[in-house]
Amino acid sequence: MIGPIVGVLFDGFAYGMLLFLLSVGLSVTLGLMNFVNLAHCGFAMLGGYVTVTLMNDLHWPFFATLPVAFLAAAAASVVLERALYRRLYRASDLDQVLLTIGIAFISVAVAAYYFGTTQQPIEMPPYLRGSTTLLGVNFASYRLFLVGVALVVTLLLIAGLEYTRFGAQVRAAVDNQRMARGMGINVDATFAATFALGSGLAGLGGALAIEIVGLDPVFAFTYLVYVLIVVSVGGLGSIAGSFAAATLIGISDIAGKYYVPELGAFLIYLVMVAVLMWRPAGLFGRR
Amino acid sequence: MIPQSGNRFSDKIMRRQDAMANTAGAAKPQLYLRSLSRWRPIEIAFWLATLLPFVLFPDYLSLASQIAIAALFALSLDLILGYAGIVSLGHAAFFGIGAYTAGLFSKFVWGELFSGMLVAAAMAALVGYASSFIIARFRHLTLIMITLGLGLLLHEAANSANWLTGGSDGLQGVQAWPLLGLFKFDLYGTTAYAYSLAVLFFVFLAARRLINSPFGLSLRGIRENWMRMPAIGAASRAHIRKIYTISAAIAGIAGALIAQTTKTVSLEALSFERSADVLVMLVLGGAGRLYGGLIGALIFLVARDRFSGIAPQFWYFWIGIMLVAVVIFLPNGILGGLSNILSRRNRS
Amino acid sequence: MSAPALSTRGLAKSFGSLVVAKDIEINLPKGVRYALIGPNGAGKTTLINLMTGMLAPNQGKIFLGDEDITELEPQQRVRRGLARTFQINTLFPGLNALEAVTLAVCERRGISGQFWQNISVHREAIEEAYEILVRLRLGESCYQPTRELPYGRQRLLEIALALATRPKVLLLDEPAAGVPQEESGDIFEAVEDLSQDITLLFIEHDMHVVFRFASHIIVMVGGAIFTAGSPAEIAADPRVREVYLGTRSHG
Repeated sequence: MIGPIVGVLFDGFAYGMLLFLLSVGLSVTLGLMNFVNLAHCGFAMLGGYVTVTLMNDLHWPFFATLPVAFLAAAAASVVLERALYRRLYRASDLDQVLLTIGIAFISVAVAAYYFGTTQQPIEMPPYLRGSTTLLGVNFASYRLFLVGVALVVTLLLIAGLEYTRFGAQVRAAVDNQRMARGMGINVDATFAATFALGSGLAGLGGALAIEIVGLDPVFAFTYLVYVLIVVSVGGLGSIAGSFAAATLIGISDIAGKYYVPELGAFLIYLVMVAVLMWRPAGLFGRR
Repeated sequence: MIPQSGNRFSDKIMRRQDAMANTAGAAKPQLYLRSLSRWRPIEIAFWLATLLPFVLFPDYLSLASQIAIAALFALSLDLILGYAGIVSLGHAAFFGIGAYTAGLFSKFVWGELFSGMLVAAAMAALVGYASSFIIARFRHLTLIMITLGLGLLLHEAANSANWLTGGSDGLQGVQAWPLLGLFKFDLYGTTAYAYSLAVLFFVFLAARRLINSPFGLSLRGIRENWMRMPAIGAASRAHIRKIYTISAAIAGIAGALIAQTTKTVSLEALSFERSADVLVMLVLGGAGRLYGGLIGALIFLVARDRFSGIAPQFWYFWIGIMLVAVVIFLPNGILGGLSNILSRRNRS
Repeated sequence: MSAPALSTRGLAKSFGSLVVAKDIEINLPKGVRYALIGPNGAGKTTLINLMTGMLAPNQGKIFLGDEDITELEPQQRVRRGLARTFQINTLFPGLNALEAVTLAVCERRGISGQFWQNISVHREAIEEAYEILVRLRLGESCYQPTRELPYGRQRLLEIALALATRPKVLLLDEPAAGVPQEESGDIFEAVEDLSQDITLLFIEHDMHVVFRFASHIIVMVGGAIFTAGSPAEIAADPRVREVYLGTRSHG
């Protein structure tokens, strides 16, 4: 009886960690600039396709593709940020929503053009394929690996925000942009760097997601919904919030699909609406 | 010849400005406000032109009917987005509620059109009123997320309630009695277009009236400066609840039309794509201008029909390009761009 | 003796460790014209925000006449007769002045929820709005969109919007802010023409204007009331001079 429950909890947690990687960047950029970037998962998708291409066409090992996925998404985001996003930092929510939905549509179409609409297969290295059995519960190696990566990223992010100069600038800017500017922090540059970092993490998440949820061109929208849920439930600009919300949503989703499959995705939407009604700024939000 | 017509043109503008100065400059503010809501010739021409498809494009009446329905749906979104500044990513919820209500009503009660439509509108209004208490509390991202979340929630609920809605197979067995007991819904869509167009026109009249009422003025106030409204003693939340309910009812009517004219309801009526499409139509045409949604629906659906040969994902490529272009170059949509050009020309 | 038009008891507010208002006690008798002065950052605008409900105080009470309005929302305070203007124009850029003031009048008259009749049916509301505009010398330009109005007229429109709520107490936050000195007199003359029934409190930096138009002056420093008195008393007070010249040895 315990076995399946632990198994579901573990799968849910692993899935939550994937959502965390996908969403943490959006949370920070939203908290920083209040910029509603609905194209965020387009960057994740880009990371995914980079990994697929490098592995299947150029026969790179899986691990070697991960940094490239990160860098490609980060680089693409910098280009878009400089070319388009920057013009809209002071624009209305609606304009931001429209522009970034437009970019998401374009990314979907471009992906379909180059890669077709089918799921992209990749083959994991053997040591990530098996599973470990502990106390009668089956832990898939890949999910363990995923949890490990997410925890390392979380620790690096928290440490980076707490202990580096750049982290202090980001915190100051999230806290009070005007005061940060007054203190001579270059908020725009800080934002651009944070944006690149966040998109890079999404790219990494996209690459890591292939094995769990597959990769096709509608990824940019399917996971956008999950990511937005995580961000709004967790609270803007809060890493701990995103972590908690991603765990909550990941476990609710997997448990819901396992125990009450007829509800489908109903459960997580319900969780989101309930949390937002209770705390409009999210679990860890400050406003 | 040419200079003469040029003169006539500028004469006309001069006369118009004189007329405005007369009503405006003198102490007749009441007449001035009334003149703002007067029917302009171009509007009358527009509505007359909606009759052209019966004569010119008899093969495209089904499409014309789709356009009229989409225009009605876009009009409902315009009321909350263009006039009250509420960004909704889940407006299909009310469209879908209207469609399913009308479909089920025709299946289990009778196929009479107007009663079905009214029940659908009432149902959508009821849900809209209930959710408006949530909507009025939030702004910005939280609001976008709540509207998106409620829309998705409803989509999933309809998907799960297979026994009632037919789930992903769609609702079968929708019936529609002949319009006014006389005109059957034919294959060419003649009746469908006549019916949709008539409903669109009457709802448009009501919306036009609403926009030019004191309530409409308050909505424009909320859009122009939401923060200032409390400082003039305005009950903004009550206004938002009211317009949200009205908008939901209109979206419900649009949904009822789609159910009655196509005799089926699919889950697509509640989908995120439908919410996104209607937003695109409205923004393309120009939000906050009554005709924006109508023009946007026309252009959007005609273009989609023309490009129906290409796969849907590439269609979305052009939508994406269009959205980016509208935001960067045409912030007020096509109608906004046109009126800018006109006013610039008038001034020079 | 009747209650003051507006009063506060022990009003206090802080953001974290930053105290922006401490133990503020003021009484505005009916029909007076008070000036609120003090150096930048003294908490003058914060005080207006607290009194109008745009900020919630940490402590203290606010009374409009006899009524405790501390817990009321901003729009409820406006309905009870407490209106304000903003230091930075907070207008409706796309509406013209006639529409904006008519909007405010309709809200006050309780007809703003009416959606089935054309606005021009409400002649009295429109005429009332137009009268307010004419009184503030905006009659000529009331058909121009607000965003196209010259800056000085926008400042007047700020006041017109507040008047449309028929205030008993009107708080003006630097009504002539940003207006060239030669025009600021016009704005204050418009203010002076207001009905004597309206209790006024205005923030202003120009001492000539203050001494000319105020019947009473409150001086704020560092979030607290520093002193208060008639213009003559304030002018004679050496401590006020020190505050403004920054030669005070402490605080």
